[in-house]
Amino acid sequence: MLYNNLFQIVVLITLLVIVCPILGYYIFSIFSKEENSIKNINKYWHPLFIFSKIELLIYKICKVDKLQNMDWKKYLFSVLIFNFFGFVLLFILQMIQKWLPLNPQNLGNVPIDLAFNTAVSFVTNTNWQNYAGETTMSYLVQMVGLTVQNFLSAGTGIVVVIALIRGIANKESNLLGNFWVDITRSVVYILIPLSIVISILLISQGVVQTLQPYQNIETIEGVNQTIPLGPAASQVAIKMVGTNGGGYFNANSSHPFENPTPFSNFIEMFSLLLIPMALPFTFGRFVGSKKQGRTLFFTMFGLLLIGFIIMLFSENYLHPILQQSGIMEGKETRFGIVNSVFFANITTAVSCGAVNCAHSSLTPISGLILMLNMMLGEIVFGGVGAGLYGMLIFVLLTVFISGLMVGRTPEYLGKKIESKEIKMAILAVIIPNMVILIFTALALCVPSAYSQVSSGGPHSFSEILYAFTSSAANNGSAFAGLNGNTPFFNIFLGLSMIIGRFGVIIPVLIIAGSLSNKKIIPKSLGTFRTDTPLFAFILIAVILIIGALTYFPALSLGPILEHLLMKSGIIF
Amino acid sequence: MTKNRSIIDKKIIKASIIEAFKKLHPKTQIKNPVMFVVYMGSIFTSTIFIKDILSGSFDGFNFQIIIWLWFTIIFANFAEALAEGRGKAQADSLRKLKSNTYARLFVNGSEKKVLSSELKIGDLVICESNDIIPIDGEVIEGIATVDESAITGESAPVIRESGGDRSAVTGGTTVLSDKIIVKITAEQGDTFLDRMIHLVEGAKRKKTPNEIALSILLSGLTIILLLAVATLYVFAIYSKNISGDQFDVTLTVLISLLVCLIPTTIGGLLSAIGISGMDRLVTHNVIAKSGRAVEAAGDIDVLLLDKTGTITLGNRMATQFIPLDGVTENYLAERSQLASLSDDTPEGRSIVVLAKEKFNFRGRDLSHFQIVNIPFSAQTRMSGIDINFDKDITTSLRKGAAFSMKQYILDHGFDFSESLEKNIKQLALEGATPLIVTENGKPLGIVKLKDIVKGGIKERFDQLRKIGIKTVMITGDNPLTASAIAAEAGVDDFIAEAKPEDKLNKIREEQSEGKLVAMIGDGTNDAPALAQADVGVAMNTGTQAAREAGNMLDLDSNPTKLIEIVEIGKQLLMTRGALTTFSIANDIAKYFAIIPAIFSTLYSLGAINGPLSKLNIMSLHSPQSAILSSVIFNALIIVILIPIALKGVKFIPSSTSKVLVRNLLIFGLGGLVLPFIGIKLIDIIVNFLNLV
Repeated sequence: MLYNNLFQIVVLITLLVIVCPILGYYIFSIFSKEENSIKNINKYWHPLFIFSKIELLIYKICKVDKLQNMDWKKYLFSVLIFNFFGFVLLFILQMIQKWLPLNPQNLGNVPIDLAFNTAVSFVTNTNWQNYAGETTMSYLVQMVGLTVQNFLSAGTGIVVVIALIRGIANKESNLLGNFWVDITRSVVYILIPLSIVISILLISQGVVQTLQPYQNIETIEGVNQTIPLGPAASQVAIKMVGTNGGGYFNANSSHPFENPTPFSNFIEMFSLLLIPMALPFTFGRFVGSKKQGRTLFFTMFGLLLIGFIIMLFSENYLHPILQQSGIMEGKETRFGIVNSVFFANITTAVSCGAVNCAHSSLTPISGLILMLNMMLGEIVFGGVGAGLYGMLIFVLLTVFISGLMVGRTPEYLGKKIESKEIKMAILAVIIPNMVILIFTALALCVPSAYSQVSSGGPHSFSEILYAFTSSAANNGSAFAGLNGNTPFFNIFLGLSMIIGRFGVIIPVLIIAGSLSNKKIIPKSLGTFRTDTPLFAFILIAVILIIGALTYFPALSLGPILEHLLMKSGIIF
Repeated sequence: MTKNRSIIDKKIIKASIIEAFKKLHPKTQIKNPVMFVVYMGSIFTSTIFIKDILSGSFDGFNFQIIIWLWFTIIFANFAEALAEGRGKAQADSLRKLKSNTYARLFVNGSEKKVLSSELKIGDLVICESNDIIPIDGEVIEGIATVDESAITGESAPVIRESGGDRSAVTGGTTVLSDKIIVKITAEQGDTFLDRMIHLVEGAKRKKTPNEIALSILLSGLTIILLLAVATLYVFAIYSKNISGDQFDVTLTVLISLLVCLIPTTIGGLLSAIGISGMDRLVTHNVIAKSGRAVEAAGDIDVLLLDKTGTITLGNRMATQFIPLDGVTENYLAERSQLASLSDDTPEGRSIVVLAKEKFNFRGRDLSHFQIVNIPFSAQTRMSGIDINFDKDITTSLRKGAAFSMKQYILDHGFDFSESLEKNIKQLALEGATPLIVTENGKPLGIVKLKDIVKGGIKERFDQLRKIGIKTVMITGDNPLTASAIAAEAGVDDFIAEAKPEDKLNKIREEQSEGKLVAMIGDGTNDAPALAQADVGVAMNTGTQAAREAGNMLDLDSNPTKLIEIVEIGKQLLMTRGALTTFSIANDIAKYFAIIPAIFSTLYSLGAINGPLSKLNIMSLHSPQSAILSSVIFNALIIVILIPIALKGVKFIPSSTSKVLVRNLLIFGLGGLVLPFIGIKLIDIIVNFLNLV
């Protein structure tokens, strides 16, 4: 059974390793030139022909000047203004859903603090959900509000990393591209086509897609039950592809209408990893060295594997109290242990946040890995775009320290790493960590906050720590157990999502601007190489050490303590 | 200035200890963010401690922690003071040279005794044997031997003469023989000596760009760790409340944890590393005008080297006379000697010497002949003499390079014979320079001038190539000769028949590709190139213009010094990187010591130790001794690493990945393992002495 399941994971990864370099190259062709360089796209028989027409139509309607090239300030301003209006729109939509069409269940308006939290959550690609979709959001809000933001927030992640990559690859130019063109292309050429294919595959497995009202059914036991329905498949597809993670239903991907079969589970895991795994290859193409991209890919893959192996051992370990190995509590029988554990690992590593099992029910060490995946800054592939730019931040820090050790002013891909880059890189590391630590501490001081936990002991501490970690890292998965729909959590989780998202995007774009202006120093024998296994190894070490230094105290009072207590027979 | 000074000098240590306490002033402390956190922590814990004493309770454990926290700061101060102290000692000895002496001012043809402090730029001063040259200047008349040992440490006197590239004299040096008239070129307070005192003293030291970047990184880490520890306080109280246990997390303990975690090792040694980097240059008799230049030296991609004096020994020497058919070697040697008598270039002199050595032609009495000297001119590109052996018949002896002599020979109706051509080519292939000697236009033969490549230079270039530095030789020779010498010396590239502006152009060309270029030069025509180069090393024997243009000055005037400068620059960065890695790697062990110590009783449920005490993998004796041992280790490691900070990490020229792996193993892995051992040992001692 175990080997059969592991084989599925091997198949999944093999498939991804084959597909991702191709997708990476495709993404490169979309963004590398002013006109996208996909071959034959102007021919009517090309599958993307219709999309190229849509692209041009959007420019026409929005009066986008395709040739306008932006420096980092303009680019950043466009990102911020675009996201701000996205937030306002989604916020208002929830507040007035009662009076709008496509609300067959007559759901009331969303309370203001929850609407704020949800709007922020979907704009920042977090998809933390303090609500149950089926009892809170109308079809209209789900489709026009949440699903649209799923596309746009994912697109924002992609364009920010593309701007950073252009900054690295540029030679003494201050131009990073045109935000409006980039965001249009990311949605039209990447997210929409992939979502269409995946929605169809999911529908084939039985994921619901309908605008009919909820059904009242008499069960075999003779009880009346309301069966929630809705346009789920289309939202589930983008929730995975765009690493959003916001479930249509409250139970997310463990709900039988969102993830009905082992094969739908396979598709969801595949689509979740797809773009984050492809972007390192896009990076390699942009900087003219596939090896550089591969090095980043393997660094991320290494970190993913370490986490997976530890979790696998932890879950199959002989439970000291139950005297049984392979605990099924909180897991769906149709997925089994391996697929649940792998799903949990990738959904936290890839900043998705969709869940197919209860994270709270995993062993403490598994819970620790999940938190660590997020605490490291969502860089183990990470959210679409966000993962790669987060990783590049760590690359800069690693290059700086190891560059010093070989006796040269550190440089990355020919760009000198100086005070400005280090200042911004360290800010991008500090800001999310600061939010996690301070807000967790704050919650522990406010009775109305820490009383919302459901378990006792270190597990309750983990619940709150997990919530702020998940929101600041823009993951969105929940540890469960914590009732987050209170004014305190709605507001502070919302703030932590905003700061965690834009507190990184802003420094990243400043770095992009600064690197873009620099000369490219030609490689010499004295240059420290960043495309070797040695570099990947050092990079992993730096990431783990910075993560450990920041969170060892916190984790030791949460999952580590819980693990040690469990071994002596106490569980929570 | 003495070479090879040892790091440990009792006088300097004593002065540094005093200085370490003086540096406790907040104004000094705030300059170093990492150490400032320790400083605030120490003040804070001390205040609590004093309050406790006033209320009548004394805690020996807290007292010891506080002592060691203060020691952490004092040790860091001591490291900095020690690095500065070495410079200060040098500055003091230099300052003695500045004693106000009388100078012999030369006005309107007469001498006047004035105080040297009254001299102004443009004044003329006479200096004779045993006079001290009052201020920097330029020799405008005369030639003298000067003892510059006070500044360069080189005991052999040097020659200073008017005109040419050896005209600059430095204030504080002593004239040994003869008489020169010096035109003052520097103002009091801005002389070479003044600037050197400033530099070695570190008074003008500014943080270099790389140092700033590293400080930012370290400050960032400090902020993260500050957050981690501050929030831990809240987490601990929460955990205590839900567990229902009784235990206290005191602020002193939390501050101990913070101080142990923040990168105090590198933070405390950072400025010492920078100062000692400059200082190491000084021990190599190189003065850097800024720390920035030293850092840039570590990044050099291209090294521009003059052939003469750098790659080859001094100048070309005549090594052989090659007569043409019908001419004896003896005759050629005699005529060559005559043609070179008035030529006082090193080549000319070497011909005279060779003829003397080979055929014993001593200086002859030529006074009864009528002689016209024909000096080398840019138009004719040849030199020689016209001599009247008989009354009315003038014999014209000329010598010059092949390309300038050819036309001259043809003009006089002689053949530029094939065997001549063949010989010239052959010599060029050997890297030698042929000089053709003619008598009344008729070629007599060739004098072979040869460059002698310095011993060991090839190995140095090999080392440079390994660390990725390209060497370019600059020479006025023709391409054939140049390539032969380039091959012999093992340089990567050369510029032949180079004009002064070629250097500048080459530097610009390399820089436009993003490379960093270093060059060394002495002449006035080197000045623009020295200024353009990222690292321009001027030789002390050079002209004032060159010395102004460069950003470093080599007191020994030894061109191969550039290689050492590069090594020192690299060492500087490596030391910073290595100690940063070490400092961060240390934290893992400290966590394993302190976290279980703080939470040893959490969830103990009646037992002595709670579950988190299982993290005490070093099995330290007690929570208090664990914390104290970590703090002691953290303080002592600064002292232990002072020698590395001052001497620098050992530089081994090899590939970057090898260097990286080596440093990672020593400072990364070592930094991970060492504190586990160190803290355990200290814990044993602490318990043996019953300190807690």
